[in-house]
Amino acid sequence: MHYHFLDPYRPGDSVLHALDARVKLILSVAFILAVALTPAGAWPIYVLLLALAVALAVASELGATYALKRALIALPFALAALPSLFTLPGAALFSLHIGHWTLTATGPGLERLLSVVLKSWISMQAAILLTATTQFPDLLVAMRAIKVPRLLVAIFGLMWRYLFVLVDEAIRLTRARDARSGSLTGRGGRSAWWRARVTGGMAGNLFLRGYERGERIYAAMAARGYDGEVRAFPLPSLASGQVALLIGGLVSLATLTLLGIWLW
Amino acid sequence: MVQKTTQEILIENLSFSYPDGQAALREVSLQVAAGERVALVGPNGAGKSTLMLHLNGILQGDGQVRVAGLDISQPSDGVLRRVRAAVGLVFQNPDDQLFSPTVFDDVAFGPLYMELPLEEAHRRVERALAWVGMEGYARRVSHHLSTGEKKRIAIATVLAMDPRLLVLDEPTAGLDPRARRSLIELLNTLPQTLLVSTHDMRLVQDLCPRTVILDKGEVVADGPTEEILNDEVLLHAHGLERP
Repeated sequence: MHYHFLDPYRPGDSVLHALDARVKLILSVAFILAVALTPAGAWPIYVLLLALAVALAVASELGATYALKRALIALPFALAALPSLFTLPGAALFSLHIGHWTLTATGPGLERLLSVVLKSWISMQAAILLTATTQFPDLLVAMRAIKVPRLLVAIFGLMWRYLFVLVDEAIRLTRARDARSGSLTGRGGRSAWWRARVTGGMAGNLFLRGYERGERIYAAMAARGYDGEVRAFPLPSLASGQVALLIGGLVSLATLTLLGIWLW
Repeated sequence: MVQKTTQEILIENLSFSYPDGQAALREVSLQVAAGERVALVGPNGAGKSTLMLHLNGILQGDGQVRVAGLDISQPSDGVLRRVRAAVGLVFQNPDDQLFSPTVFDDVAFGPLYMELPLEEAHRRVERALAWVGMEGYARRVSHHLSTGEKKRIAIATVLAMDPRLLVLDEPTAGLDPRARRSLIELLNTLPQTLLVSTHDMRLVQDLCPRTVILDKGEVVADGPTEEILNDEVLLHAHGLERP
């Protein structure tokens, strides 16, 4: 079986892979919520949450650093918190002079910035572990279980199904272009403007193909009786062990968060 | 409604034009009896796929169309639902046919919309997958399958609906010789009335006793496959060749 290079799922048979997707989805969301609600500067709680994330990564048999590295992708977004370094009142750390302005970094500002960066990094790890150990169809079932609207789940499902088809199509288009991008002199082709037009044409081509495919898919759905309403089989019931795990996980995360809010 | 059990498909003077004015079918008449296996051949753009989309009311042209004893020339919603349960339409590209997250969801789609009891729907899925030799594939994800596997599952998606009539568009396109051979063997085991549109003349020879040639939206020949495949002049005139 081949997995598409875009598919974050990594096959395995660890305890984390075997866990019911509903439990994983709810606990992941709860974990992210717990991280978000932990106050700035509650460093020991961060360490505990990070340790939990790493422990889960080890349990998933993907390796302790699997999620640590991939979660760094969230860092550029955390830079949105950069202004807080200078806007929070408190003891001055250092000043920057830019033209007429003077920006003064403060202690609480630094604490806030580091907390935001750390929190986004830890939260991201939960999402990465969730998608690496859960097949997307199971995740869709889990979304249905936590009452995400059916139509939305159906749209996610179709998007997932055809994302790969469309990406493969785009790759084929690019290859066809590259195969015909020979040059007699060995130097690069024509102007950037011309190349931009070719790329624009390809994007349009891809859109038209996607549009036509959409019509064919609708015909295939209608041919099997689709009437505009999204239907699905009822959900299988959750094993009692899994329910216990879910409750245990939620209680632990709530305790950690409350501890953080109390002590800091 | 009068039930005609002998004629599974009864088309009289069917014409259809696409919204851009291009005529795709002109006065097509075709009768297919229950249990028959008919090949529909013709060059690209002859109207084969367009004709197939009329068989379960996805497209509606001018003329008489009766399928599985139902008049679908001016169908009501109820008639459309019934004809779609009776006609299993397998599209050319299995990526269009398999639109669900997993193989199970795809095969269960038809039974679910037929509002069968859940246990029956489950049984139908298992039976359909067993029929096409794809047991154990229920939990698989469609984009991880090979083209041959996708084609088989695509056929299972309609077999699960227990149709009286199977309509296949280019079933062997894109298959390697081994997958093609095993697909033809599979089709040979199916009891349903079969209408197959194809460019694969060896498939025609192996599977269908009767052949219909469609060209420029018109039926230009209709007869025993052996006779038609031996008429080289006729085949060449319509962009076809002998197997």
